[in-house]
Amino acid sequence: MDAAAGTAEASEQKPRKLISPPRLSESWRRRLPLLPALLIMIVLTQVPFVMSIYYSLTDWHVVPPGPRKFVGLDNYSHLFSDHFFGSAVWVSVQLAVIPVLGSLVLGTAFALLLDRKFIGRGLVRTLLITPFLLMPVVVGLIWKNQMFNDLYGVINWVVGKLGGTPVDFVARHPTMAIAVTLIWQWTPFMMLIMLAGLQSQPPDVLEAAKVDGATPWGIFRQLTLAHLRPYMELGILLGTIYLIQVYDLVAVMTGGGPGSTNVPYFVFQKSIGGGWEFGQASAYSIVVVVFSIIIATVSLRVLSRLLRGEETV
Amino acid sequence: MRGDRAPRVVGERRWVNVSFGALAWVVGLIFFFPVFWMVLNSFKTEQDANTSPKLFFHPTLDRYKDVTKSAGGLLSFGEAFTNSAVIVLVSVTIVMLLAIPAAYALAIRPVPKWRDVLFFFISTKFLPIVAAILPIWILGRNLDLLNTRLGLIILYVGINLPLAVWMLRSFFQEIPRELVEAAEIDGAGLRGQLTSVILPIAAPGIAATALLCVIFAWNEFFYAVQLNPVHGSTVPIWVTTNVSTRGDFLAKLSAASVLACIPVVLAGWIAQKRMIRGLAMGAIK
Repeated sequence: MDAAAGTAEASEQKPRKLISPPRLSESWRRRLPLLPALLIMIVLTQVPFVMSIYYSLTDWHVVPPGPRKFVGLDNYSHLFSDHFFGSAVWVSVQLAVIPVLGSLVLGTAFALLLDRKFIGRGLVRTLLITPFLLMPVVVGLIWKNQMFNDLYGVINWVVGKLGGTPVDFVARHPTMAIAVTLIWQWTPFMMLIMLAGLQSQPPDVLEAAKVDGATPWGIFRQLTLAHLRPYMELGILLGTIYLIQVYDLVAVMTGGGPGSTNVPYFVFQKSIGGGWEFGQASAYSIVVVVFSIIIATVSLRVLSRLLRGEETV
Repeated sequence: MRGDRAPRVVGERRWVNVSFGALAWVVGLIFFFPVFWMVLNSFKTEQDANTSPKLFFHPTLDRYKDVTKSAGGLLSFGEAFTNSAVIVLVSVTIVMLLAIPAAYALAIRPVPKWRDVLFFFISTKFLPIVAAILPIWILGRNLDLLNTRLGLIILYVGINLPLAVWMLRSFFQEIPRELVEAAEIDGAGLRGQLTSVILPIAAPGIAATALLCVIFAWNEFFYAVQLNPVHGSTVPIWVTTNVSTRGDFLAKLSAASVLACIPVVLAGWIAQKRMIRGLAMGAIK
């Protein structure tokens, strides 16, 4: 990397010697194209964050309106004794872990199927990626009203045909209903990542293993799975980032109803969703940020390992 | 997606291949079923939709007429689509205008500590949106940006910019450096290098990146519903207005859903190969 950059620099110096500005500005000329994007991201992400920290140290009720008082860490002292918050954390964990693992398993299986040659493969791939393209709001409403509905829902129709009694899934098992919908929505994403992994697998290694008399199952377990590992890590990482933030599906499927309030929805309810306790809500959101930073640190380590692998090329 | 490659395991029996192919078809059709059923329901009467699942019925376009006619005072189809189109197109254009130079400074002519910068961009995606909504709402209220298109445009730039920088960087890295250097020796500045070398070579990757940004912006719901509930409302909000607490609404909701999803789904189907590659590269490299 450095060597390449060095030669680029050297080759640039020659024709420009006379007109180029002093040496110092070279590094700034490099930075210039980056600055607008960087500044905008800093402003858009760091300003709200700093404001949140400040609000979280105040007692600020908007409805009914009251003066904003500085209360130090008071808002944080209630946090962990609040069992509503505890249950929201538990729902968030479920809504991240179940869909990530479910969609990873299904996505890997689908990718393995699509990695073989068969008639109409392009068409099947098109069918399989479609849920990823749908609007999440539509995904939630469609699953709630046409699949899970207890009277006319397709799933309960099947249940009825099999001799079972219809269940009002969304009312009875709200968290599982949302999780199943999320699996459906996220499987194509995992499938695409795993497909990219499968297709980067060197075919000659597989053929050599075959010639050496390895069984298909042995090849799959010892070569393919090992090769797919970084891709699985990546899928888990990206899936987790997005899924701990899920709001759309909770909002349109249950509205946080019977025990399906996850942390994002909880914070929303506490603040502009009707609670109007800005100080307290900000404290919750700071806790969410801290947890996200922990997850992110672990994840970034995974990512940087992937990046380092690329650098040697 | 290499379509011409021989089957993975050489000398496998024919029937094994055929049965795996058949399995893939069955899986694909089952998986697609909710979408198929939604499209089917959109052509039904409410009576036909709200009964035991019916495969055969008299198709009607009336639900599409219902959802697109504008009723006074309510968010209309035309209004929501115009708002969405303007917000998505403007914000994605801004994202690309900012991300292309940034990716250049990270891939082709890396700034010192380029890796830290790249990680800063991606780390902003880890910050939960919900943690920022309250300050953003307060800022929006103070700056008169609530219920305006401009407010959402700014936020969608923030949502998509890190992703675009990350993906474009990986595409730009594949550009042979000699080509860029040659243009530079010819005296091309940043703009010249971009238009003569980088943009033409990386065009497929840029298109894939822009398309993903369009998908995310078009589908975004959280900011839209919190900040623009009255004016400047977008298509996802319009879809939710078709749910009613009184009476049956499944057929109407299906028709609205089909209309809301069609632009992005069609674009995604057409560009799927490119997008898959873009996702894979952007995600992995």
